[in-house]
Amino acid sequence: MVTASTRDAGGAPDAGGAAVSARAVAETVTDPELPMLTLADLGVLREVSEAGGTVIVSITPTYTGCPAMDAMRDDLVRALHGAGFPDVEVRAVLRPAWSTDWISAAGRRKLAAAGIAPPRAAPLPVTGPIPLTLGPPARPVRCPHCGSAQTRLVSYFGATACRSLHRCGACQEPFEHVKEI
Amino acid sequence: MSFDNAYEAITEQNDTRWAFGTGFADPLTGVDTTVPAGVGAADLALYSLMLGDDALIMSHRLQQWCANAPELEDEVALANIALDLLGQARLLLSRAAAADGGGRSGRGEEGRGEDWYAFFRAEHEFRNVRLAELERGDFGELIARLVVFSTWRLAVAQRLGSSRDPVLAAVAAKAVKEITYHRDYAAQWLVRLGDGTQFSRERAQAGLAAIWPYVPELFTAHEVERRLAACGAGVDPAGVRGEFDGVLAAVLSAATLEVPDVAPRAGVAGRTGRHGVHTEAMGDLLAELQSVARADPGATW
Repeated sequence: MVTASTRDAGGAPDAGGAAVSARAVAETVTDPELPMLTLADLGVLREVSEAGGTVIVSITPTYTGCPAMDAMRDDLVRALHGAGFPDVEVRAVLRPAWSTDWISAAGRRKLAAAGIAPPRAAPLPVTGPIPLTLGPPARPVRCPHCGSAQTRLVSYFGATACRSLHRCGACQEPFEHVKEI
Repeated sequence: MSFDNAYEAITEQNDTRWAFGTGFADPLTGVDTTVPAGVGAADLALYSLMLGDDALIMSHRLQQWCANAPELEDEVALANIALDLLGQARLLLSRAAAADGGGRSGRGEEGRGEDWYAFFRAEHEFRNVRLAELERGDFGELIARLVVFSTWRLAVAQRLGSSRDPVLAAVAAKAVKEITYHRDYAAQWLVRLGDGTQFSRERAQAGLAAIWPYVPELFTAHEVERRLAACGAGVDPAGVRGEFDGVLAAVLSAATLEVPDVAPRAGVAGRTGRHGVHTEAMGDLLAELQSVARADPGATW
């Protein structure tokens, strides 16, 4: 099996030619809910490999119930078929669980440019009981429009599983935020 | 993929982006579902059903709040929580299907996947705790139920993250991230209601009283849960009671509410949800959940 992961892409250009070019195609597929991000920006594209003429794309779900997963599968298959890879298999990789920390620096810039506040560092895993938050969040999200930190959480839950709703106290604009998980 | 109006978006031909119906890809496609050595496959399947049914049935009750929540933001929040739980249910039911391969006849040549478990089992085959299925009450009852359910499930999921079954461990590790938000949402609402007006406080306290008889059941291990815990693949819920009590004490204290003084609701000869013995509410819930799939059992849409 030939593999082109983020870490070793290009490591074996002759043997991995198909995997590398399939990866280049897979990387251009965008997220159906956040179309400014590619699946590579989002960090859900884990591995593209090739075995016996079949391209195997491994992706990690963002949220377990996110219906965009099925759309991502279809979009990946369509893009790879269009690029001349007739046999494509999309596999789920569940471990380790996706984290917003995997969104690339470019992805964060694109989110901010689209008026969506990018995630900060995800909370570190704890060994004891997970802390309960009863008050407003300790770290206010910066407004993607004016940069103010005087923002208020409106709701943990937004139009998609990954986004929360906020309002800026300085420019008064409402905005969305990709919440940390 | 961009449209001038919503009508164009929903009438697009050959659109595969809409999430309804059956016929989804198996969420465990490509995942190694080999049952680990030393873990009974039948026990693992039943245990996965228990955790999956909790999520599926609670999700269904939350979905019934669509168009009934007090504010748009809460409408969206409850739908999101329902969606997260439905996602957990899909993975867990698929895990059960993979562990329980073969056995009883399925619903046709496709065999038994998540849909078979959700739509074609009878009431006594569902293993969810009764708390999840209770008739939808008012918003106070919903929030009380969600605080209790999320606190309990989060504590179990956190421990299940180190299960010897890599599939359960992975599902649990992801679920922890999601349920943390569910619990915070519900707990913050309980504080707002309890420490709000006289009216909201009464409703919150009444909501707690309505669901509290079903709390002891959450911590009463079924034999399958005990066996799975003993071999390192599952969690004995009795072990999370202390953590649950601590979290509830903190929330109720901030909410100026009290732990209800009500007797536990007994099962039938000691048998409760985990044994497939349910309340009257379960039949109606399943009729709604299953009727469309059962009307045309071969259909995919």
